[in-house]
Amino acid sequence: MEMSARRLEKVTIFDITGHIDLANSPEVRKTVLKELRELKTPRVIMNLKAVKYIDSSGVASLVEGLKASRDLGSRFILIGLSASAREVLQLSRLLKVFEVYDDEEQALSSQ
Amino acid sequence: MKGSGLLLKLEVSSDPRLLCVVRAAVENFTEICGFSPPACRAVTRAVDEAVANVIRHAYGNKPDQWIEITCRLVEPEVAGQGVPSLEIVMLDEGVPFEPDKVKERSLDEVKPGGLGLHFIRDSMDLMEHRRVGKQNQLRLVKQVKAEKPIQACEGE
Repeated sequence: MEMSARRLEKVTIFDITGHIDLANSPEVRKTVLKELRELKTPRVIMNLKAVKYIDSSGVASLVEGLKASRDLGSRFILIGLSASAREVLQLSRLLKVFEVYDDEEQALSSQ
Repeated sequence: MKGSGLLLKLEVSSDPRLLCVVRAAVENFTEICGFSPPACRAVTRAVDEAVANVIRHAYGNKPDQWIEITCRLVEPEVAGQGVPSLEIVMLDEGVPFEPDKVKERSLDEVKPGGLGLHFIRDSMDLMEHRRVGKQNQLRLVKQVKAEKPIQACEGE
């Protein structure tokens, strides 16, 4: 898995590629929570377009990001869900809990 | 039921970095078995979550412990009657699995954790667990081309 950040004004976009599983979900969790809690970024966008697999520990990391953003009054957005990622969020009944957009443009223009 | 000879057997150490290796092998095997793409993903997800559970709970994240995964395509006893099934048996020598102590969260709650067993149950037709000597044995079964569960989860 590779995770990189693009910082725009009041928005950080994390581009993630590969698989999110038990081997690397702690890194995702740590990075996201730091962005929200320490850097106080008002809008965090997780670009999952190139994520081919996400397991329950990866979903847990995203849920932690969501909960932290709610606590802080910021936004935590998912974009570009693959079939696999969408299935997992549906199985978890979390698809409608997250703010989800098809692409970056939609996420950036959303209010 | 009789064996068809289509068999995949993996022995891996309990290192999370090997999960991707297990997933790749299992997904390719399910494709050869004739599962649909969503069913291939479902079986792969179940095995991945089961191995992750062994790593985390049975072995307490120790990365050098033993896990064996055997996948077998089982044909119906009478040719032409019924459909083949994929049977997966996973063995480990970690601490005994105690279903009563598993914290499985309600799907109505929004909080991290407790999803792995949901994923396994949802993905497979049958899930059963038993302790055999010093080993945990998890058995998962899914009918080839079965899109919905054919029977309730047993054991565990």
